[in-house]
Amino acid sequence: MAQKRVLMKGNEVIAEAAIRAGCRNYFGYPITPQTEVMHYMAKKMVQVGGNFVQAESEVAAINMVYGAAAAGFRVMTSSSSPGISLKQEGISYIAGAELPAVVVNIVRAGPGLGGIQPAQGDYFQATKGGGHGDYRNIVIAPASVQELYELVVEAFNLADKYRMTCMIIGDGTLGQMMEPVAFRDEEPVETIEKPWAACGRKGDSFHHTVTSIYIDPDVLEKKNLELQEKYKIVEANEVRYEAINMEDAEIVITAFSTCSRISRNVIRQAAELGIKVGMIRPITLWPFPYKAISEAADMPSVKAFLDVELNAGQMIEDVRLGVNGKKPVYFHGRLGGNLPMQKEILDKIVAIHEGKITEGGNF
Amino acid sequence: MAVVFEPTKGLTDKPFHYCPGCCHGIIHRLVAETLVENDALETAVGVASVGCTYNSYEYIACDMVQAAHGRAPAVATGIKRNLKDSFVFTYQGDGDLASIGTAEIVHAAARSENITVIFVNNAVYGMTSGQMAPTTLVGQVTTTSPWGRDPSYQGYPINVSEFLSNLAGAAYVERVCVTDFKNIQNAKKAIQKAYNVQKNKLGFSLVEVLSTCPTNWGKEPLAAMEWLKENMEKQYPLGCYKGADITFDADGKYVSGAIPATANNCVNVGEVKK
Repeated sequence: MAQKRVLMKGNEVIAEAAIRAGCRNYFGYPITPQTEVMHYMAKKMVQVGGNFVQAESEVAAINMVYGAAAAGFRVMTSSSSPGISLKQEGISYIAGAELPAVVVNIVRAGPGLGGIQPAQGDYFQATKGGGHGDYRNIVIAPASVQELYELVVEAFNLADKYRMTCMIIGDGTLGQMMEPVAFRDEEPVETIEKPWAACGRKGDSFHHTVTSIYIDPDVLEKKNLELQEKYKIVEANEVRYEAINMEDAEIVITAFSTCSRISRNVIRQAAELGIKVGMIRPITLWPFPYKAISEAADMPSVKAFLDVELNAGQMIEDVRLGVNGKKPVYFHGRLGGNLPMQKEILDKIVAIHEGKITEGGNF
Repeated sequence: MAVVFEPTKGLTDKPFHYCPGCCHGIIHRLVAETLVENDALETAVGVASVGCTYNSYEYIACDMVQAAHGRAPAVATGIKRNLKDSFVFTYQGDGDLASIGTAEIVHAAARSENITVIFVNNAVYGMTSGQMAPTTLVGQVTTTSPWGRDPSYQGYPINVSEFLSNLAGAAYVERVCVTDFKNIQNAKKAIQKAYNVQKNKLGFSLVEVLSTCPTNWGKEPLAAMEWLKENMEKQYPLGCYKGADITFDADGKYVSGAIPATANNCVNVGEVKK
C-alpha cells in the first residue's frame, strides 16, 4: 500500500480507480448525483489516451459499452437510477453476449424521476435481473471511499474473469462524500486473454461473432444452462461480506453501504446500554451472503435480526431467505432520500430487546 | 475450364435465409466484395442490427457484432474508438435506423464517427411481418396501415439521406438501388467510396440502398423491382447528398473535396487534442 493519502470525492475516485484498472473507455450521459465521474473522465481519460464519449442517451452509452467490450477492451459507464433503468436493455444484451463491463449506479430516490437524495431502492433491479431474461450481474456495494477505490479496480477483474456485468452500487452519500484514499503504487490488474473478441479475424480461420440471439430453442436453452453454470461458480467463489462484532451478538443488523456506516455507530451506542449488537454487511449484494446470515441465525446468542435499508424493504427478502424463519427479522427503512438517524435505529434495537415490537417494519 | 465467377470469400458458406427477390443478398455481396477487394476482411468489424438482417453476422465473413434494435451506430462507436485503423460498418434496415434508432444515427453522424453505415430501405418492417415503417410511402398498404398510409393519421415518410446530409459531421451520404446491373455497379462504387472516406479518416459515411420486400409488399420479385423504380425513387431520389466532390486517387488516397472540419482538425477522428 502506498503511503500518501489523498482527500477525494467518491465519484472522482470511481473514475480514478477505473483508469488505474486499465479501463480506457468511458461512455456516459449526465445525471445527478454521479456527474463528477463524467467530469473527471472527460479530462483524465483523454489525458491517458483513452476514449471518452458523452453519449446522446444512457441507451446509446450502454451500447457503446457493448461495442467496446465486444472488441475486447475494458470499459465502464456510470449513471443514477433513472439512467440505469434506460441501460437495462444493454445490460441484458451484455449478459446474453457474455461481455465484460463495469456499470456504476449511484442510486437516487425513486420511483420515476424521484429525487436526487440517497436511496437504496434499486436493490431489486440490481440483484434480481433488472432487464429481460434469466441473467445475473455481480453487484458490489462499497461503504467508504477507500473501499470504493479498491472494489472498482476489482470489478474490472471480475467482469473480465466471468465475462459479465459487474455493477458498483452506491448512493449520493458515497458519491459526494470526501474521504482520504490511499492509492496503491501498482494495481492488481489481472490481464485476461479474450480470444472471443470481435476485433478483426487477424489470421483466424473463422470470424468472431458476438451475439445474444439464438433462434433455435435447444441452442438457446443450452446457452442459458451455460450461463446458469457460470453464475453458480460466481456464487461459490465471489461472496463478500463483513461481519462486525458478531461474537455473542444478541441482535444482528443487516445493512449495506450507507446504512452500514450509520449502523456501525449504533453498535457502540447499544453496547453502552448493555445490548450486544453485531452486524453483517453484505459487500456483494449478488452473490448474496446467505450462508453467513444462516450461520448467524443458528447462533444461540442471536435473538433477532434488524435489517436497515433506504427503501421499503428489499434486501430483507434475501435476509429472510438466509434466516429461514429461525429468528425474527425486523426492519427499519427510510424513503424518499432521507437517512435514518442513529437514534431511530437505536430505539428500535431497544424495543426489540425489550420485546416491545412485533416482527416487521416501520411502514 | 477457367473460373469466370465464384462466390466472394467475404461471405461465409451459410445459405441466406432471405426471401426470393429480396435485395439483402445482393447488398451483402457488395459489402463482402468491397471488404475482400480492399484487403479488409481480416481487420474489419461489422455490426448487425435487428430486423431481417439480424443474422447478417453469420453471412459476412469478417468479425461481426450483433446489436440491439437501433443501437448499431452506438455499438460501432464503441468499437471504432478502439480500433481506429479498422474498417467498422453497420448494416441496418429502415425500422432499425429511422425509427427506434434515430437518436443513435443522428448523433453518430453529428459526432462524425468515422464509421460506415449501410442503410437498407425497403419501406416496410420485414421480419415482424410487414408493418408500416418510418419510410413507408404515402398511400402504401401495410399490416398497420391497412388502408394505405394516410399522412393526416400516420404522418409522412422520413428521407434519411436528405436530413443526415444537413449535419456538419456527415462526410459522405449517397442513395443508390440494386434493381439492375447498372445500379448494382453504382451501389458498389458508393460502398467503395464510403470505404475510402473511412480509410482516410474523413468522418461519417452512409450509403442508403433502396431495396425490395416482395413478401410483405405482396408482389412477385420482378414486379417488386418495378414498383421500387416507379414509386420509391419518386419519394427517395437516387444520388449523392453529401460529399459528391470528394475524390480519391487510384490507391484510394484522399485528393480533394469538402470534408467535415473534424477531419481537417484531427489526425484521427475521435482522437482529441489536449
